[in-house]
Amino acid sequence: MIDLRDVEHVARLARLALSEAEKARLQAELSAILSYIDKLKELDVEGVEPTSHAVPLVDVMREDEVQPCLPREAMMANAPDRAREFFRVPRIIED
Amino acid sequence: MHELADAYRRGDVTPTAAAEAYLARIEKLDGRVGAYLTVTREQALAAAKAAEGRYRSKAPRGPLDGVPIALKDLLCTRGVRTTCASKILENFVPPYDATVVERLAAAGAVMLGKTNLDEFAMGSSTEHSAFQPTRNPWDLARVPGGSSGGSAAAVAADLAAGALGSDTGGSIRQPAAFCGVVGFKPTYGRVSRYGLVAFASSLDQIGPLAKDVRDAALLLGAIAGPDPHDSTSVNEPVADYAAALDGGVGGLRIGVPREYFTEGVDPDVQRSVRQAIAVLCELGATTQEISLPTTDYGIAVYYLIAPAEASSNLARYDGVKYGLRAAGAKDLIDMYGRTRAVGFGAEVKRRIMLGAYALSAGYYDAYYGRAQKVRTLVRRDFEAAFAQVDLIVAPTAPNVAFKHGEKEDPLAMYLNDVFTVPANLAGIPAVSVRCGFSAGGLPIGLQLIGKPLDEPTVLRAAYAYEQATRWLERRPNLG
Repeated sequence: MIDLRDVEHVARLARLALSEAEKARLQAELSAILSYIDKLKELDVEGVEPTSHAVPLVDVMREDEVQPCLPREAMMANAPDRAREFFRVPRIIED
Repeated sequence: MHELADAYRRGDVTPTAAAEAYLARIEKLDGRVGAYLTVTREQALAAAKAAEGRYRSKAPRGPLDGVPIALKDLLCTRGVRTTCASKILENFVPPYDATVVERLAAAGAVMLGKTNLDEFAMGSSTEHSAFQPTRNPWDLARVPGGSSGGSAAAVAADLAAGALGSDTGGSIRQPAAFCGVVGFKPTYGRVSRYGLVAFASSLDQIGPLAKDVRDAALLLGAIAGPDPHDSTSVNEPVADYAAALDGGVGGLRIGVPREYFTEGVDPDVQRSVRQAIAVLCELGATTQEISLPTTDYGIAVYYLIAPAEASSNLARYDGVKYGLRAAGAKDLIDMYGRTRAVGFGAEVKRRIMLGAYALSAGYYDAYYGRAQKVRTLVRRDFEAAFAQVDLIVAPTAPNVAFKHGEKEDPLAMYLNDVFTVPANLAGIPAVSVRCGFSAGGLPIGLQLIGKPLDEPTVLRAAYAYEQATRWLERRPNLG
């Protein structure tokens, strides 16, 4: 029910560079899981409101005040590559 | 844990001596158990010394002061590597503490280290850690459960006096059952998730793993309560959970859901749980059979909602701001794809793919949308049940701990969470306590499920049961 092209499409959306072996395995595994999940179709959910959170909380508000935050250096300390106060990434724009 | 704090107050033991004893025990035994990913010896000894000073000046901070605890390595700890058992965060050192970590430190607790888990908490056996498997202290050939398997094994093997884990679909309760410890999942929002690395944000909840119910109550009391850093935390006062333990179960109406006693449940588990229900009746509770008709659909709902939220939450691991970056990329998009391909393990990739598929154009209504509606039906089942009863009692897991490598098929592994997932979907509190042993000597877990924010009743019943039985006298033999 889900073919290799679906797997490749979703892998692109999820930014996962999968090997051919991984794609083949995922195609089988995801098909099995999705066919199990199909049992949800047995239930009538007509007119049922979706639950997105377990506790009904609405619009938690707070004053818009300036609060102390972590210093830039602390936030940059885990960067895999950086230049001064910037995160460095592979070139995006062609010359 | 509470015995240790009593001993500190009497002056029989010092926090430093206790921390040293735990560190020595970890050194001696954890090579076989594999509960810890990181041991924080220096910090532990420094915190123990500070606690010792407070006891000496007769001013301890409370019942957790100087108590050595372990933290699931999914909780951010400032200056201490937090890996989520993933290669993608192997060298990540958080610049801040999770709220629960801050609160435990303020209570004087001594962090011994960070415990193993299934990568990003995705799993039920702790076999999906990128670094090591954890072994069940009752039988090293078996899994400790998961995903908080390191925390459960640490408490069971007495490599920590108590621990924190997180529970998205059973990840505190199922390993607690497999390792024979107490594991408590609070009401969604009772404990702040700030600094808990996100897996499925509408389901994740932090809670204690402990040697007994009193310890679980003390740990929960220290970490619960609203937090301005988590807008989903519930703004309700926190009960005195330890004070709520006494009072017994006289007059308590207990529901026994028929869907939790089906053919697929191990006979040893059925027998032990039935006996536990009989004990609760002898103590004065009344029981009645109830029905939770959507029980059988819980796993299907969970395996749409959790992967969908995970695929979104884990989009942040892109090799830019922190974490691993794969070398040799030809451009930015290529860098993302390669980084995530080498950084994530097979189970994490599987769930990201499943979630991304369920959310993708054309499938949203059929999968994610429908799952959210069925989630409402699951919640309504519990609401209807709680109109008749005060508490629901059931097995935590359909079986005892299985062997390493026994569940190779992902779906078979997922189905192990059939009895724990519904409480996450409904957002309600639930605990697992030891209620016996299988013929092979493996612990069995009894699950008590309560109304939203009714942690006190859940704890009170669990405590009454624990006091009336002697299961805790048996300990794993690790030499």
